[in-house]
Amino acid sequence: MTAGVEQAGVPQAASKAGAARVLRPALGLLLPIALAVLWEIAVRMGFSNGRLVPPPSVIWNTFADLAATGELQQHAFATIWRVAWGFLFGVLAGTILGAIAGYSALTYRLLDPTLQGLRAVPSIAWVPLFILWFGIFEASKIILIAVGVFFPVYLGVMGAVLSVDRKIVEVGRVFRLSGLAMVRRILLPAVMPAYVIALRAGLGLGWMFVLAAEFLGASTGLGFLLIDGQQLGKPAQIVAAIVAFAILGKASDWLIVLVSSPFLRWEDRFARA
Amino acid sequence: MLVLDRVGKTYPNGVRALDGISLAVAPGEIFVTIGGSGCGKSTMLRTISGLDPPTQGRVVLDGTIITAPHEQIGIVFQEPRLLPWLHVADNVGFGLEGYPKLERRMRVAGALDRVGLTDKARVWPRELSGGQAQRVAIARALVPRPQVLLLDEPFSALDAFTRADLQDHLLDLWADLKPTLVMVTHDVEEAIVLADRIMVLRAHPGRVYEEIACDLPRPRDRQSAAFDFVKRRVLAALDRSLDRGAPTVEEGETRAAAGGGLWW
Repeated sequence: MTAGVEQAGVPQAASKAGAARVLRPALGLLLPIALAVLWEIAVRMGFSNGRLVPPPSVIWNTFADLAATGELQQHAFATIWRVAWGFLFGVLAGTILGAIAGYSALTYRLLDPTLQGLRAVPSIAWVPLFILWFGIFEASKIILIAVGVFFPVYLGVMGAVLSVDRKIVEVGRVFRLSGLAMVRRILLPAVMPAYVIALRAGLGLGWMFVLAAEFLGASTGLGFLLIDGQQLGKPAQIVAAIVAFAILGKASDWLIVLVSSPFLRWEDRFARA
Repeated sequence: MLVLDRVGKTYPNGVRALDGISLAVAPGEIFVTIGGSGCGKSTMLRTISGLDPPTQGRVVLDGTIITAPHEQIGIVFQEPRLLPWLHVADNVGFGLEGYPKLERRMRVAGALDRVGLTDKARVWPRELSGGQAQRVAIARALVPRPQVLLLDEPFSALDAFTRADLQDHLLDLWADLKPTLVMVTHDVEEAIVLADRIMVLRAHPGRVYEEIACDLPRPRDRQSAAFDFVKRRVLAALDRSLDRGAPTVEEGETRAAAGGGLWW
């Protein structure tokens, strides 16, 4: 009896959900667009000369110019490339060490105090050392980014493994899962939600650290574009680089969410209607 | 035949949870252990399951000493413990990983049908009610067709109606394959509805206090006088096991009943 009512309700609900899926992100654009439009109007009306804070139209033109000469793509690519490699290494190290430290109490006692000590070091402090060790080119930058990515991933994975419900692990034991099967069928799915959050936190730090790396002597990259804009007095270029960072950071984060969502569909999430 | 031979369990901190438990459970028998909280009944079940092997004595199933989880022993916990990332059907088939795909699917479908949840096969565990989830847990434990099924207060978290419903359900499932059931509960009525034999456990450390045969004809009528009599007997034994004294069933009455040949 209720089945009929539910079925009748489905198409309507689906179309409503579809519309909401388009409209909800659009809501997030409302504030930045309104601010940009207001600023544009303010500059056009002559309330400000817009030299230090360029209006959106100027930034857009700078963007277009940089893109036309291929500079934007070149710099963005250099930065993405560094972040990608640094992220890869940081995630690999963080995942492996985090999993081992979470799984084995002995390793935890051996490893964790040292790592927590290293974590307390401001990461920029490594830069002189890394430059001495790995030179001024890509290697030192990538390693610095990897260090930044490592800690949130390590902490996230370790915490997730430690907090896997003993009761769920017991289910695996009752069905006599061996070590590897236990990892694949119980531990891995159980830590997945926390792992995705750790990856996102790590990626966020990766974008922070790439900037630090590029500030310290780079001839390419969005960070170079920022420094270049400062030294040549081109605020529009600085803002354009900042906007590029925002777009790339958000896009890469969204990519993680997109790739991981099929594995997390089971989660009983606090749904925000 | 499941045999516990002077099974004891002492935890590393020195607490003795079980002491010299000896019993034999026949194939297909429904054996229910009852006792106050903390009397070691769950510990006993965990030693049988191989999850926490005994520190003294041994658990033997058909000549095999059980020291680790065994394929012929299934267990249902107090909570369903379904894996939240697997659909209901995959939860039921969790113990059939090594089986051919077709047989696995057939067995899972059969089990879901038996517990009346065929329409929930493609649903996440979080979408089930408490009773449904526990039915899935029972199906998951029974699908590999274990010889022994252990049940650790499986219905204690459910409301009275659902509980009675699941007790009947469990008896139906038991009638299919006739596994040995070893169940732990603190619900006297539940024990009498299900059991062939009831064991009262006494705490500190857990020891066999009394065994009460329970061979009322099935299905058992909770309102019948015979049911009530067994219930009073079990309650009295429980009372005495808790050192509260004051048995509620007089010796004479028990003996008269025994003379009548009703219970043993």
